[in-house]
Amino acid sequence: MTRFWPFVAFVVLAVFLYVGLGLNPHEIPSPLINKPAPAFTLPQLYSPAKQFSSQDMKGKVWLLNVWASWCVSCREEHPVLMALSQQNIVPIYGLDYKDKNPDGEAWLREGGDPYTLVATDANGRVGIDYGVYGVPETYVIDKQGVIRYKQIGAITHESLQQKILPLVAELQAK
Amino acid sequence: MKYLLILLISLLPSFSYAGQAKDLAEDPVLEQRMVNLAQNLRCLVCQNESLASSRADLAKDLRQEVREKMKQGMTDQQIIDFLVSKYGDFVLFDPPMKSYTILLWYGPFALLLLGLAGLVYQLRKRKNAASEIQLSSEEAQRAAALLNEPKDPQT
Repeated sequence: MTRFWPFVAFVVLAVFLYVGLGLNPHEIPSPLINKPAPAFTLPQLYSPAKQFSSQDMKGKVWLLNVWASWCVSCREEHPVLMALSQQNIVPIYGLDYKDKNPDGEAWLREGGDPYTLVATDANGRVGIDYGVYGVPETYVIDKQGVIRYKQIGAITHESLQQKILPLVAELQAK
Repeated sequence: MKYLLILLISLLPSFSYAGQAKDLAEDPVLEQRMVNLAQNLRCLVCQNESLASSRADLAKDLRQEVREKMKQGMTDQQIIDFLVSKYGDFVLFDPPMKSYTILLWYGPFALLLLGLAGLVYQLRKRKNAASEIQLSSEEAQRAAALLNEPKDPQT
């Protein structure tokens, strides 16, 4: 039996390394899950004189998608958002993060606009409130204004089908 | 002539360079306090750099946030709590003691104790094994004969 101990120790170590090295270090679990979404009032992208307030969204399930024209992964995510917006399942609100208005507008003209409305967070202050550290990030917010899920990085067809849409359906039924 | 001189002086790089160090000049005491705090906080973009040394845009914004919170009179602990509430314990270089970090904090000591226990067990077993050998009288005589054998003169 004794001569099997090194083998057992090796297997235990291998399992720990397999699990540990398989984790994505860029996915930091957000402490904001199941907490009220931080309230904000920000100017709208197309008409900066008008404001958008997160309080207006009470009673609706919605997605808050943080994006920017300078963000590379957003380009990859964009077609997925376009397809989602055409299905009319859930409203997608955009937060143009640390961007210039003309750049943001040009980007949406070029790739299409999947958003019900876009607010601009020019200095990134609301981003800090939401714990944004890598764009794109997407929050699923329920009718009571509570964050239920945070997608770090680009939304893919898989994450949409497996996580986001089932959650949205569940929250809308409540 | 005087104006020309002023123009020339203002063209010297040391006079025209004022962008980077501005924050520091505003309030060196506050800046030092911010740096001390930020050295123990992790930048979320380039994860092994501290918030104080990172050049990432987010780190720059967070440093500004920390400065402003200090100006508002928040204590270091309040600022740390604020950042943890937004980004989680991950921002701390020094992870707090919690139910799920017990293994992290005490795991190495547990392994050390386990190793020591194994070592003691092995040594005891070896000692017992060594003292267990009992020689019969015949074997004892042979051993004595071998040990008392005169040395080969040639070696």
